[in-house]
Amino acid sequence: MTTAVLPDLSGDRKRLRREARVRKGLALAALLTVAVSAAIVLSLAFEAINFLSQLAAKEGGIGSLLADGWFPRRDRFDLRTIVWHTLMVSLLAMAVATPLGLGAAMYLSEYARPRVRRVLKPILEVLAGVPSVVIGFFALRFITPELLVPVLPTTQLSNLLAAGIGVGILIVPLVASVAEDAMRAVPRSLREASYGLGAKKWHTSLRVVFPAAISGIAAALILGVSRAVGETMVVAIAAGATGGSLLTLNPLNGGQTMTGAMASLAIGSDQVAGSNVAFQSLFFVGLLLFVMTFLLNLASDRIVRRYRQRY
Amino acid sequence: MTTSVRPYSASPEMVRRALEGKKISVVDLLVSTALLLALLSSLAVLLTLLIDVVSEGMPVLSTRLVDFVTSPLSARPESAGLVQGLMGSLVLVGFVIVVAFPLGVAAAIYLEEYAKDTPLNRLLVSNVRNLAGVPSIVYGLLGLAVFVKALSGVTNGRTLISGGLTLAVLVLPIIVITTSEALRAVPRGLREASFGVGATGWETIRHQVLPVSFPAILTGSVLAVARAFGESAPLLLAGAVLSNFFSAPAGTSFISQVAEQSYTALPIIIYNWARQPQEEFVALTAAGIVVLLVALLLVNAAAIIARDRFERKQVS
Repeated sequence: MTTAVLPDLSGDRKRLRREARVRKGLALAALLTVAVSAAIVLSLAFEAINFLSQLAAKEGGIGSLLADGWFPRRDRFDLRTIVWHTLMVSLLAMAVATPLGLGAAMYLSEYARPRVRRVLKPILEVLAGVPSVVIGFFALRFITPELLVPVLPTTQLSNLLAAGIGVGILIVPLVASVAEDAMRAVPRSLREASYGLGAKKWHTSLRVVFPAAISGIAAALILGVSRAVGETMVVAIAAGATGGSLLTLNPLNGGQTMTGAMASLAIGSDQVAGSNVAFQSLFFVGLLLFVMTFLLNLASDRIVRRYRQRY
Repeated sequence: MTTSVRPYSASPEMVRRALEGKKISVVDLLVSTALLLALLSSLAVLLTLLIDVVSEGMPVLSTRLVDFVTSPLSARPESAGLVQGLMGSLVLVGFVIVVAFPLGVAAAIYLEEYAKDTPLNRLLVSNVRNLAGVPSIVYGLLGLAVFVKALSGVTNGRTLISGGLTLAVLVLPIIVITTSEALRAVPRGLREASFGVGATGWETIRHQVLPVSFPAILTGSVLAVARAFGESAPLLLAGAVLSNFFSAPAGTSFISQVAEQSYTALPIIIYNWARQPQEEFVALTAAGIVVLLVALLLVNAAAIIARDRFERKQVS
């Protein structure tokens, strides 16, 4: 906020000095957020480079990044395994969250009367507040034994499918709230024009509002993927494979994702000495995760900004 | 239909009804039902989850609730409790409130009220947005590299200080964003009137802008703190202890417990119990989750009550 103040109206020096001091203090707090970013990037990059150089000195060399399976204690760091499992869990999560999240968003934005909306919207907010350990327990103790095993008897006790469904439940509120904002931002005149041409309600919602909000909806889905990729506790509890895992294409098997691998390495870090290669692979995977989510968030942000300019 | 429909003032709903009459379209009914079901399935999940957790936790909750909440960890399921986790979580949340709340609000005030539209300030804003999207486990790595290892002289390694600072950094961007939104909602006229009677920028913020926006800042921040309370992934990395451990001896001062002893947190205990293979731990885990959810409920309820108080005070 800028103000033009005449010198003789600007009050005594003490007040102005105080003003400058406060301003400086607040600016420092704002700069601190940059320091946090810098600390994240630097610590990840430093330790990741450390990891690579140590790995190069080992007998497997850098080639162990493409070995068979992810077994950090045995110097086998196959990135394909954990990246593929991460993508699988994220895809399964989106298969759950896309219909539920977008459906809920469209109902709240187009169909629900204000009073109904006031009653139903908090459901999503409460769901958003459930900690992810709780969803992880739910996936392990309810989704797998009560929902999956009766239908798919070959399901293992810990499996990627239950983890994917759990992560999906976790991101429904996020997808729904971003998508709902996008749909509500569609100008009323578009709906009125549609009704004016004789379109029915469903036609207006699905063929007019939905396409008009498509960029915001895409942003919501990308944000959902980003959250799914970074979700840790559900995967750590429900997907199993604490020691390491081979690449599996079957979601009914257990397996480690990037975050799952990090969590299980962290559990062991009480025992593993701080300079161990296995321990430092934690930072390498973390850097990969950081870059992936950063790019996804950036893409989502870009799309949102573009559609804001249109209306 | 004889309702007079004036152009430009009728809602789309009224226009539609006037044109369609009382005909009900089957497709319309199907689509709206399907969308409602999508929304209600979230409610179904929530209810199933609550019923599942409460019923699985019943054996512990009904027989030894007080003992469960006040006993320390133990390898024997029948006597294990989570008092260490509760204390740890409370101290961690204390760190978040003391460190992240003032810093976050201060950063937001700078970005909203002082910062001009320069490239540097735009960078600051987009940086905060990016930080809010960083996965929580990456904050755990930051905590491990910076607070546990690099600053071990200050934090003594794996202590509540490291965990608390990690969670504070995690929550900081969320508080900045919610506070920014609250400040943006304050009408410009209020600031201009204050400047008009000769107040400086800070005087305007302190006496006009903050009091008006405080309820919104408070609710947003409490939601952020509640998130910290349920967060476990970063603590796994920032040194929370998973396995059973002995609490500090009875005489240990609070300062030493925070600064020197190993720690754990409520969600960490739940995670540890959840991965135990023995059947007895299922009831313990579920009971722990009930305690966690009740604690979160209390925090949120307290926030809503506090907000209402503030809003009523302003009106009177």
